[in-house]
Amino acid sequence: MSRNPVAAAAADIDEVVRFDAVSMRYGRGAEVLRDISFSLAPGSFHFITGPSGAGKSSLLKLIYLAAQPSAGEIRLFGEDLARTPTRRWPELRRRMGLVFQDLLLLDHLTAFDNAAAPLRIAGARPSDYRADVAELLAWVGLGARMGAFPPELAGGEKQRLAIARAVVARPQILLADEPTSNVDAQAALRIYRLFVELNRLGTTVLIATHDQDLVARSGRPALHLEGGRLAWRAPQGPAAA
Amino acid sequence: MSEAFDVARWRPAPFLPERETRDRALVFVVAVLCYLACVTGLAVIAADRAASGWSRQLSSEVTVIVRGGAGLTPDAAAAAAAETLAGVPGVSEARALEARKAYDLVRPWIGDVAEVEELPVPRLVAVSLDRKRPPDAATLRRALKAQGLDAIVDDHSLWLKDVRRAAGIARGLAAVVFLLVAAAAGAVAASATRAGLAAQRPVVEVLRLAGAEEGFIAGLFQARFARAAALAGTIGAGAAALTGAALRLAGGGEGLTPALPFAWVDLLAVLPCPVLAALVAGLAARLAVRRIGDGTP
Repeated sequence: MSRNPVAAAAADIDEVVRFDAVSMRYGRGAEVLRDISFSLAPGSFHFITGPSGAGKSSLLKLIYLAAQPSAGEIRLFGEDLARTPTRRWPELRRRMGLVFQDLLLLDHLTAFDNAAAPLRIAGARPSDYRADVAELLAWVGLGARMGAFPPELAGGEKQRLAIARAVVARPQILLADEPTSNVDAQAALRIYRLFVELNRLGTTVLIATHDQDLVARSGRPALHLEGGRLAWRAPQGPAAA
Repeated sequence: MSEAFDVARWRPAPFLPERETRDRALVFVVAVLCYLACVTGLAVIAADRAASGWSRQLSSEVTVIVRGGAGLTPDAAAAAAAETLAGVPGVSEARALEARKAYDLVRPWIGDVAEVEELPVPRLVAVSLDRKRPPDAATLRRALKAQGLDAIVDDHSLWLKDVRRAAGIARGLAAVVFLLVAAAAGAVAASATRAGLAAQRPVVEVLRLAGAEEGFIAGLFQARFARAAALAGTIGAGAAALTGAALRLAGGGEGLTPALPFAWVDLLAVLPCPVLAALVAGLAARLAVRRIGDGTP
């Protein structure tokens, strides 16, 4: 993987993500996030931790524009979302890479087609990205599985394919929701190392996880959610990567 | 499988699964409704032609009943009336009918009479009018009166009024049935399209979260369902055209029946069906994608 040019462009802004007193509720229910404030600098690496139901996925949803806050202000790449028309959301989403808890791979497409999807959506020509996608899949350890369909892949392979799809378009920020929840410890470590490598290339990384061991070993800062409220946690140990 | 994967020969696969059982159901249902819509449409055309034919025929003919004239026998009076009427502008032909035809008309009331020629039965003159500039009944009456002929001009206006009303009702009913069937076909196409789209919701979600524009996603579904509906429309229209052709052949020169004339050229009316079906399904898909929304409250 070469140096990430999009991440380099992100260096022009002070914060990739900024939350100011953000709250969120689903419908008329109780608030699942309350008065959340934080910011992520370009090239930073953070975890979001907390027990199940603490609001980790909801916080990520707010960032990737799948939910809206009930109060507060969110800025993405320096833009105030409240003032950004929804027709510009796809453009903002193309600057993010998403790894979902349930992966959301398209079962009728090969690993290669799944990984190439964001580039096709962005309007790139196959001849321009064919080699890059192959290189990326090899980089995540799927060089021999490019023609396989998701149902034919093992759990760890699917996770890595989802990561490849998330980073193929060189996003400025990578958001991952429990990316190691369905794999063994060894595969989890391998996935984590992929994230670290991406971060070294300049991508801002934010990972939601309940894997406290992984967080502790990583030595990375964590945004800890408890009952919808946020508490910063400093690095707890040496980096595992 | 993965061993055979050749990156250099790779071509992007469609984002939507190519074959879906649901699509076959859509094609079948829309094809049946398109067939019904087309058959009804053909019936509307035939009804319209029949109505126009009846009206044209009645309005271009006049019957004159000649009762006699000063010093003339009934036959001589009829001949004089025919000659007079033939000279009126707008009259194509005026022909005195044989006395036998006049007797035939009254025979049902008087029965077979041996010497019918001695009965004072009025004679008839059949008048054909120029369809472009036909004279009215009053003009014909004036011409006959000017020659001292005692005659009644029947321009079939009473019949014509009834025929036109009946034809209008038949035409309107057929059009209403056609519109209802066409609307049902459109509604089913839209509904089946939305159902198919709902089944592909995960694909929509992935594409949207990967930054696809609404137009890009809608375009995928629009193209897919428009293709399916166009196929259904082609099947339905083709079957309707075959049905029409069979009716035309079975009906001989009259096409079905003299009352419901049907021409070969009428079969062309089914041609827009595949295009209309594709438009309805495509539009339904676009609206349905929009309705799924952006995943935000």
